[in-house]
Amino acid sequence: MYKKLYINGYCHIKNNSISLNGNKITSEDKELSFSKFAKLIYQHKELAYPKFFKMDNLCKLAFLATEILLENHSIDTNLKKDMAIVLSNRAASLDTDRKHQTSISDKDSYYPSPAVFVYTLPNIAIGEISIRHQIKGENVFFVSNTFNDTLIHQYATSLLRNGKSSNILCGWVDFDHENYNAFMYLLSENGPIEYSSEFIKKTYLEN
Amino acid sequence: MKEVFITANNIISPLGFTSATTIKEVAKEKSGIALHKNLSTTPFYASIINTEKLDDAFSNISDKHTYTRLEKMMLLSLQDTIEKSNFSITKRTALIIATTKGNIDVLQNNFKPERAYLSVLGEAVKAFFGFHNDPIIISNACVSGILAVSVAKRFIQNDFYDNAFVVGGDIVSEFTLSGFHSFQAISKNPCKPFSKFRDGITIGEAAASVAISKQKTKEENIQIIGDGSCNDANHISGPSRTGEGLYLSILSALKEANISPTNIDYISAHGTATVFNDEMEAIAFNRAALENVPLNSLKGYFGHTLGASGLLEAIVGIHSMQNNMLYKSLGIDEIGVSQPLKIIQNTENTKVNSFLKTASGFGGCNTAVIFKKLGNV
Repeated sequence: MYKKLYINGYCHIKNNSISLNGNKITSEDKELSFSKFAKLIYQHKELAYPKFFKMDNLCKLAFLATEILLENHSIDTNLKKDMAIVLSNRAASLDTDRKHQTSISDKDSYYPSPAVFVYTLPNIAIGEISIRHQIKGENVFFVSNTFNDTLIHQYATSLLRNGKSSNILCGWVDFDHENYNAFMYLLSENGPIEYSSEFIKKTYLEN
Repeated sequence: MKEVFITANNIISPLGFTSATTIKEVAKEKSGIALHKNLSTTPFYASIINTEKLDDAFSNISDKHTYTRLEKMMLLSLQDTIEKSNFSITKRTALIIATTKGNIDVLQNNFKPERAYLSVLGEAVKAFFGFHNDPIIISNACVSGILAVSVAKRFIQNDFYDNAFVVGGDIVSEFTLSGFHSFQAISKNPCKPFSKFRDGITIGEAAASVAISKQKTKEENIQIIGDGSCNDANHISGPSRTGEGLYLSILSALKEANISPTNIDYISAHGTATVFNDEMEAIAFNRAALENVPLNSLKGYFGHTLGASGLLEAIVGIHSMQNNMLYKSLGIDEIGVSQPLKIIQNTENTKVNSFLKTASGFGGCNTAVIFKKLGNV
């Protein structure tokens, strides 16, 4: 018999509101910019993690969704160390890429910055989460036109069956011109909901 | 678990447009790195594909004006690999694309900026060859190319696909060049991996592709026997001082392959030639008891080709096994890391039955994949 994965929790961040396992937990003014919204959440949660303010918006989004998921579903430190992270989105790091491009487009005011350039890779978000939670497991960042629940399902299943990981943090984290959407979920070998691509797709579309 | 094999491959690099021509140049210790004066405000060393040669070759398969530079490189590479592979594209064939920056040059050239979305690039490749499935695109910094091999293997082992075509590619652009410059990570001279005198990376561009299948071929039986991709959880742009993620990745690959470090005949390291990266690798290889295994970095031949590098270098490793050749770690003189390593000083003919390919990148990512040559090759 193949081992099975279960959903331990899922978190949405969209339109300046946050829901956990389908229940709205925070909602702010939709007119607020994402960075202001993110700062409010940081303050509400009293996070005391100054690195947060160096991050680009994509990383802040992935970071906050992970904070909310992991604070509500505590995982043994040893298991957390081997947790896998499988993220995906549409725009990769284009939102920050454009900022770097602007800094080099005018030869008379040429100011490429390492602090910006380092965020011109989408998997930096995985790095930020890994550092924060000391996660040293498998990681991959997929890019697709729309959320591909099947791809994530196949990969998570492969990681479990190949004995690489039995706790997997998955999701869609996209940031593009102030439009953003995060939907992250936590899989493990025990949990309240049996993991299926259909359930994830339905849940993703509902919120 | 199902056995998975690499059954065809191609390299598009400044050294040639097939694997065979590229390897021939590597055997002669020829490098694609040259001084370029027209691409930036100051001259710099880089390994860049000749545009006329690329366009000429591409004209044989399609219209050179329709596709971006990277698309042309990737399509040419896949065209060759698909022709040489032992299977054709079906509903059970995956298309896997690995890149760090994709068509990033469209942010400043005449192509529409929408083409910077990687899914648009993926769609162009899918349509060109008539793949049935949407592309699986991996953008995981400098491990992307070798991680794509690992992803393909895992999908085939778990019966989600029968086979896959994997292509990796990245171009030299002002975007990446200026970024690495701002990090002060670019070498003044052609890069010197693991040397005492190394002072940074040399950027390169390439596309590389492989056919991966659960079906063996008669000519070439290269099996992927273990893999792992672990995170340092230490720093987003600096390598771990302890080589943690790379060490864990190697352990994971060795465990799956069920072999000991002494069974590895060769290591194709990442070896970017930055001071910290090469030191980190030396520490990780020593922690994994691999310090006596012959090792090279191929960055001296191709520069750092980012998302293509891991795949490109794995293909050279495959040819090392097939030709029983270990290629000189170009740029090495006096070894300059704190731990012992057996750097390949001269190209030599010796039995190579297995090898370990490693890569590391920003975001603390690392990948290790072990390949094995089966008998009668």
